[in-house]
Amino acid sequence: MMAGQVRHIAAAGLALLLALGPGSAMAEGMAELRHWLADEHETDLYGFIEARGGLRLDRRENERDGSIGETRLQLDLGRQLESGGLKFKADLVADGVEENLRAELREAHYSFTPADNMDVRVGRQVLTWGTGDLLFINDVFGKDWQSFFIGRDDEYLKLPSDAVRVGLFLDVVNIDLVYQPLFTPSRYIDGARLSYWHGPQGRIAGRDLTFPDDQRLRYFRDHDLALRLSRNLGGIEYALYGYRGFWSTPEGMDPAAMKLVYPKLSVYGGSVRGALAGGISHLEFGYYDSRDDRAGHDPNLRNSEIRLLLGHERELARDLTGGLQYYLEHKQKYGNYLAALPAGSRAADEDRHLLTLRLTKLLMQQNLRLSFFAYWSPSDEDAFLRPKAHYKITDQWAAETGANIFLGRHDHTFWGQFEDNTNAYLSLRRSF
Amino acid sequence: MKISSRLLPLWVAAFFLFMAAGIAVAAPPVTEIVAKANQAAYYAGDDGRAEVNMTITDSQGRARERRFVILRRDIEDGGRQLFYVYFERPTDVRRMVFMVHKQVEKDDDRWLYLPDLDLVKRIAASDKRTSFVGSHAFYEDVSGRSPAEDHHELVEETAEHYVLNNIPKEPGAVEFASYRIWIDKNNFLPVKAEYIDKSGKPYRLVEALAVADVQGFATVTKSRVKDLAGGGETVMEFGQVSYNLGLDESLFTERYLRRPPREIRR
Repeated sequence: MMAGQVRHIAAAGLALLLALGPGSAMAEGMAELRHWLADEHETDLYGFIEARGGLRLDRRENERDGSIGETRLQLDLGRQLESGGLKFKADLVADGVEENLRAELREAHYSFTPADNMDVRVGRQVLTWGTGDLLFINDVFGKDWQSFFIGRDDEYLKLPSDAVRVGLFLDVVNIDLVYQPLFTPSRYIDGARLSYWHGPQGRIAGRDLTFPDDQRLRYFRDHDLALRLSRNLGGIEYALYGYRGFWSTPEGMDPAAMKLVYPKLSVYGGSVRGALAGGISHLEFGYYDSRDDRAGHDPNLRNSEIRLLLGHERELARDLTGGLQYYLEHKQKYGNYLAALPAGSRAADEDRHLLTLRLTKLLMQQNLRLSFFAYWSPSDEDAFLRPKAHYKITDQWAAETGANIFLGRHDHTFWGQFEDNTNAYLSLRRSF
Repeated sequence: MKISSRLLPLWVAAFFLFMAAGIAVAAPPVTEIVAKANQAAYYAGDDGRAEVNMTITDSQGRARERRFVILRRDIEDGGRQLFYVYFERPTDVRRMVFMVHKQVEKDDDRWLYLPDLDLVKRIAASDKRTSFVGSHAFYEDVSGRSPAEDHHELVEETAEHYVLNNIPKEPGAVEFASYRIWIDKNNFLPVKAEYIDKSGKPYRLVEALAVADVQGFATVTKSRVKDLAGGGETVMEFGQVSYNLGLDESLFTERYLRRPPREIRR
């Protein structure tokens, strides 16, 4: 499908949005449905319809012109019962780039409080913890990097997990336990939609050479468990974390099958967050124990790592905030990694340093939000820049435009490999 | 009357005091007025709940709505407080929660919960005179400005009001040069505040449009913030107000960001 079709879908989406405009029959229908659900079934209905289109700014042969071209309808149903709460959120997506119509179940869970100091949530849910701003150490839950790179709403960076979450709230400490009978892998960049560095062939690959993965599919065997102990002491939030499961992105390769695999991983970490020097500071660390290759002898599996994050965010002027973060990935057993690396392969550095900068400015009674987020690695000599403007036209309508700019000196580094995917996007959303 | 005659010496004494010190004697000392006004405006009861409807109208007449439920609990009168603000409208911010642990001698602790990402964000905001959710009201108008931050002077006393002029101790930290505040003599509720800019012109007006008695507490049920310089205004209506619900301190913790407490619903 060519750019023409992307435009076609985007145009259809726009038409649909206009159909939902105030006063139209469809908007009235939706309002009626909402009232009926509220009155007859004590159920809340909300949602939005959105059209989003984007283009690659520097297209190579192996990828499409359109980076994103889709119309999305989200329905969000909630119901409060005597015993707890039910929640259901699903998206219907007409995707012009992938040329399909699909339903995505974002949330479907039941929350209840079996004891005064205990909350339980069962079902599909979005899970987040940790202190990083778009950097994750102890938040090992699934991410959708593809959505993040093509300019979908930030909401879609998080993939929901099918899990049981138990929160136990004690005087001394709060305990959160998350069990997934089947671990949720992140959506990694496999070439189908975004091009990437294909290690074995030593080149940038796209649709011509997608990298399949060997998914873990055995319930109650490919499971994982995440734990957090947390406490707020005088405005300072302390937390300890533990995880036993798998690398969320396929950090291993099966050379015989030429498939990516998800090696075993455990994570032990901690974080502190609190007010400091007129802003909010955070510190987080984690030890990534790559259990399938502790000694680092296997070049096809990622080594263990120490990860560290330091950040500070503050108000720089009225309605202008700025944030800085320093992040480090320190490879363990680096000597063994180098020794095991096949001849001719690009070696990763022992230390990957990364700096991030966030600037957010609110204008026009906070209806216009200009934001800029940058990742920059001085060791990899690459960067990922995310400028964005979000304007609330009315309480119902919002427009957004932005870009995902990848820069890099080398083709094999983390951001550098995505250079050809640099894109800009535009969206219009009507909430109801 | 018998009782009156017994009290006569007192009346005489009061009369002489009154004459000696002029009209101001009838008024309590300024610090007392300020403390009572602060108490009446922001610390009624031990805790409180209100459903707030905000209509924000810009200088071109375009209106936007905000609807939220606010829960408050006082840790100490005139001091530390906990706030929990649960958004219902507009729909794009629905189920978001803004939580504040108001401090006295340091910056408040503020959190924002984004339900779509299940993200508990800590907000770095030291400036309390920024717009609250895009309205013409500032954070400080909602949670209160510490009386210790201004010098107060009683400049006028009318039949109904004490009129105070307030000058900031740190003029560089705020956008106003001074503000004048009208306090109802009966219940010490501030009913009007006029802010004067550095050139001496009034540019901002906060007014109580309706006051009602709720469980014995004089309560502003409708107020308006007007931008006199740039145009535009925000009208706030406070419905279903109640006090002394017995809100527990534990409601104002991360647990209840993820799971809004029962008290949010009516």
